Amino acid sequence: MSQRNVGTLDIERIRSDFPILEREFDDQQVVYLDNAATTQTPDPVIDAMSDYYRYTNSNVHRGIHHLSQEASEAYERAHDRVAEFIGASGGREEVIFTKNTTESENLVAYSWGLNELGPGDEVVLTEMEHHASLVTWQQIAHETGAEVKYIQIDEDGRLDMDHARECITDDTAILSAVHVSNTLGTVNPVAKLTEIAHKHGALSFIDGAQAVPNRPVDVEEIDADFYAFSGHKMAGPTGIGVLYGKKQLLEEMEPYLYGGGMIRKVTFEDSTWADLPWKFEPGTPPIAEAVGLEAAIDYLEEIGMERVQAHEEELAEYAYEQLKAEGDVEIYGPEPGPDRSGLVGFNLESVHAHDLASIMNDHTVAVRAGDHCTQPLHDKLGVAASARASFYVYNTREEIDKLIDAIDDARQLFA
Amino acid sequence: MGMGSDMYRQQILDHYKSPRNYGELEDPTFTHVGENPMCGDEIQMDVKLEDDEETIKHVAFSGDGCAISQASASMLSGKLAGKTIDELLEMDRDDIVDMLGVEISPMRIKCAVLAEKVAQDGAKIYRGELDKSKTSTED
Ligand SMILES: Cc1ncc(COP(=O)(O)O)c(C=O)c1O
Repeated sequence: MSQRNVGTLDIERIRSDFPILEREFDDQQVVYLDNAATTQTPDPVIDAMSDYYRYTNSNVHRGIHHLSQEASEAYERAHDRVAEFIGASGGREEVIFTKNTTESENLVAYSWGLNELGPGDEVVLTEMEHHASLVTWQQIAHETGAEVKYIQIDEDGRLDMDHARECITDDTAILSAVHVSNTLGTVNPVAKLTEIAHKHGALSFIDGAQAVPNRPVDVEEIDADFYAFSGHKMAGPTGIGVLYGKKQLLEEMEPYLYGGGMIRKVTFEDSTWADLPWKFEPGTPPIAEAVGLEAAIDYLEEIGMERVQAHEEELAEYAYEQLKAEGDVEIYGPEPGPDRSGLVGFNLESVHAHDLASIMNDHTVAVRAGDHCTQPLHDKLGVAASARASFYVYNTREEIDKLIDAIDDARQLFA
Repeated sequence: MGMGSDMYRQQILDHYKSPRNYGELEDPTFTHVGENPMCGDEIQMDVKLEDDEETIKHVAFSGDGCAISQASASMLSGKLAGKTIDELLEMDRDDIVDMLGVEISPMRIKCAVLAEKVAQDGAKIYRGELDKSKTSTED
């Protein structure tokens, strides 16, 4: 799906939508390269949310009054917009708003996993899972007696697909795989993995936290049974995430959290559940955040997801080459190409990743350093921590040059 | 040098590049290990007491991690010689920041205090006041 030369972005204009990029520390403008952790929020998203609070704020699904009606409509419409964005033809019934990707994982693990898994069942993960899925399925497996298996990665940081075929068997109940690795930048063949899972009668859960923000995603093309992502990594607000699920599966699943708003009828003795997706959205939901998420989708689609992807890949390739040219930088994950996304994890030979990040911070270059919530993967890579630069629509080559300057400074300091 | 870092003054870099008292003691009175999971720092502190069982004779450290944690362990190992266990247990994070002589950013303070925590827990275990196999800065 990678398309080159789909037109460069008008970076000046895009940057002007993100006031935070003007911030300075010690007279140096911030260079924000920590987008895989969270992206910045453009004015149109902030405006949509503040307008919501200024003119529409009300609770949803319970007021007869005008404001509640408007708020309810806005909140419901955001579900439709998300469905359209990710190609969910079932519309809002297949789109559940959660707090974040992590909660989306937990929703399925508790609602489906706790009820369906047992001894003899297998949950197949990849070695590059984020703790959001790794820890969740590991613990649910402990509780149910199911077994967890991990699809290995090869030397380049790609999934070993032969091993995937070995791991996924008729005993596999669910495959949970990350679409784009937040540590290696690998873009996994999730449609293929899903096909293998389905052949064995297993379900497929895809963690799209690092994919939906920066490439066109069509959940039906992947044929994923579940697909999860977070608003705050795609120019949207914190506090909202998405769980896509195939309607039939969601209908069969029991609620994960109970309370108001998710019920049809309640007596002292028992309760019945509301329709999808509300069955899975108890209590007062993230209404302003849903409005913000819709605005973020509008913003990204106006740029065009192919162009977002092309821009990120171009920056990643540039960063990869610059880092490689340094000679003493170890870079993780595949070489630039269609199966590599716009983030680059690395280590400078002589400097611990946290020292490196501290020195970068002195240059006002914001990168992530640590285990990126993939501790087992770091164990496998043989390092305790790595540094990671990740890019978004507003980043430039000049900013990557500043990253390289900071690396040079760190090397000198530690020489 | 570029703009350099306030946190990485010469003293810290010097202790990081040429750590003092690095290694393991042959017959330590007590030894203890700890980690800072945030950074992946791991440190073992070996302590040898004088015959009075109170005064610290030698300290050695081993392990690896970021410059802040390693330099802090190196400096602390020198500073503790001649102090009593009680004095070790009285130390707090301010003493470590003073010892390092630089401002430590909030995100890195755990790296700075790891060696101190490990030595203190080791001393408490030795005295029978604590029971744990490994110290973590997350405890
Ligand atoms: C691949 C991946 N999965 C899951 C998550 C968790 O996202 P959140 O913290 O929004 O739940 C992240 C982000 O940290 C991620 O990169």
